[in-house]
Amino acid sequence: MVDRSARLHAFERPDYLREPEPALPDRHFATRLSPWRRLTSVTAVRQVTLLVLLAAAWQLYGAWLGNDLVLPDFAKTAAAFWHGIIDGPLLLRAWTSIRVLFLGYAIAIVLAAAVSLLAVASRVGNDVLALFTAMFNPLPAIALLPLALLWFGLGEKSVIFVLVHAVLWPLALNTHTGFLGVSQTLRMTGKSFGLKGPRYALLLLVPAAFPSILTGLKIGWAFAWRTLIAAELVFGVSAGSGGLGWYIYENRNQLEIANVFAGLLAVILIGLAMESVVFRAIERITVRRWGMQT
Amino acid sequence: MPGSAPVPVTRLPQPLLRLSGVTIQYASEQRLVTAVQNVGFEVFSGDRFVLLGPSGCGKSTLLKAVGGFLQPAQGEILLDGAPVSHPGPDRIMVFQEFDQLLPWKTVHGNIVFPLCQNGVGRGEALERAARQLERVGLTKFAEHYPHQLSGGMKQRVAIARALALEPRILLMDEPFASLDAMSRQRMQEELLRLWEELGLTLLFVTHSIDEAVLVGSRILLLAPHPGRVRGELNVPPAPGGRAGEAQHALARRIHGLLFDEPQDERERAAHG
Repeated sequence: MVDRSARLHAFERPDYLREPEPALPDRHFATRLSPWRRLTSVTAVRQVTLLVLLAAAWQLYGAWLGNDLVLPDFAKTAAAFWHGIIDGPLLLRAWTSIRVLFLGYAIAIVLAAAVSLLAVASRVGNDVLALFTAMFNPLPAIALLPLALLWFGLGEKSVIFVLVHAVLWPLALNTHTGFLGVSQTLRMTGKSFGLKGPRYALLLLVPAAFPSILTGLKIGWAFAWRTLIAAELVFGVSAGSGGLGWYIYENRNQLEIANVFAGLLAVILIGLAMESVVFRAIERITVRRWGMQT
Repeated sequence: MPGSAPVPVTRLPQPLLRLSGVTIQYASEQRLVTAVQNVGFEVFSGDRFVLLGPSGCGKSTLLKAVGGFLQPAQGEILLDGAPVSHPGPDRIMVFQEFDQLLPWKTVHGNIVFPLCQNGVGRGEALERAARQLERVGLTKFAEHYPHQLSGGMKQRVAIARALALEPRILLMDEPFASLDAMSRQRMQEELLRLWEELGLTLLFVTHSIDEAVLVGSRILLLAPHPGRVRGELNVPPAPGGRAGEAQHALARRIHGLLFDEPQDERERAAHG
């Protein structure tokens, strides 16, 4: 008994109070990362390194293979790309593709906005959107090209029709999903501000659903780009001034395989630029800044 | 009810908000569910009127009906004598959820936006936003986005935004329930300070007896399934916003009313 109380006393400590020591700025404790760590923490640096390695492997394999009709090496492809830009039609071809693409993309955005707004405004609209996306989303847009050629003839109109189809459904589906995901609290907040009809949709639903809409825009862009190149491959044969797909097809026919690779490179570069420059920038100034995407 | 109600000694002024015989039903997949049954109460200007009850007593449903988000199946809801038919800026709601702020607008933008949507001039809106931000102590955070704020700060912004709209009545749906205990206590005290400074009228929903006694001046007790009136109690004023013996006694009494009695009834039913 005596023993136990003595032990308890031994652990008893007095209270104390004091002013907390002054807070130091965060940088006081910051540890410096090594230059290597800092360099490799930049995504772009790592990706460029990977690309360089890939190009080197390509160069080595191409040189070892020694058959330009099957696989021209990286240096030859790069040279063909450079010549294609400087004194060849590559830029013009790329511009033709991009112009048609943006035309189709813009029309599809307008239509998708209209369709998804109708879908939130009424039950019939909702049913129509659900049915149409279920029907058309799994259908590859390029499968409509033969029909489009029949309806609109050889030319831009047919390609634009197919492009609109490629973008419209995934974009409308994502937009609509985004609208449905807007929280009840946010909806009620908007309504209590007196927002109604188009103002409610544009000032509340659209920004609140923007992460979803942006995803739809990105998916739509990717679908459109590959659909366009495929469409140009199919009927570029008879078109006067084709796009990149036609450039690829034409050069294959003339067995200018380095140019074929240059055309493919252009397709990849444009897709990459759109993804990592344009969409990245939009993300940075919207959903990332708003904390709606981490 | 008329038999048990005490005869008013003095004539009361015209109530700001009056609900009479309100029944609210939800249509679920299979059947109609009655959430609130024949509820009536009156809120006067300057009241801190609390709707208190366990979950399922329809207190949030009642608040949404006052907000104009739900239409009662029966009865009427009158604000300044005019029936409530749709949501509007004269009855701004502060929710429990933090996502009531528009994530794509800064703190400042969140306050200015509804003002501009309701015909307040740009200059006046900016001035009101600055004033309310100062009042809730967030002037330094005006250019921050909501996701950069703590839960307590978000609720302050929501309150500042509501105050800037100068509503007739402020509807609060468990606004501090998602906060940690310390922030909650600070916000309750701040709300009382704002009420005193601005002469607000509050309609406050909570399931916390302590909060009801601390925040409220009059408490409507609701019984659950469906929500029905159990009684209406006055809260003795607490000087300095600190709960004393009178408040604790009231809290115990309410606890007894809400939790003990139904059990007795069940026991009686079991024995009888």
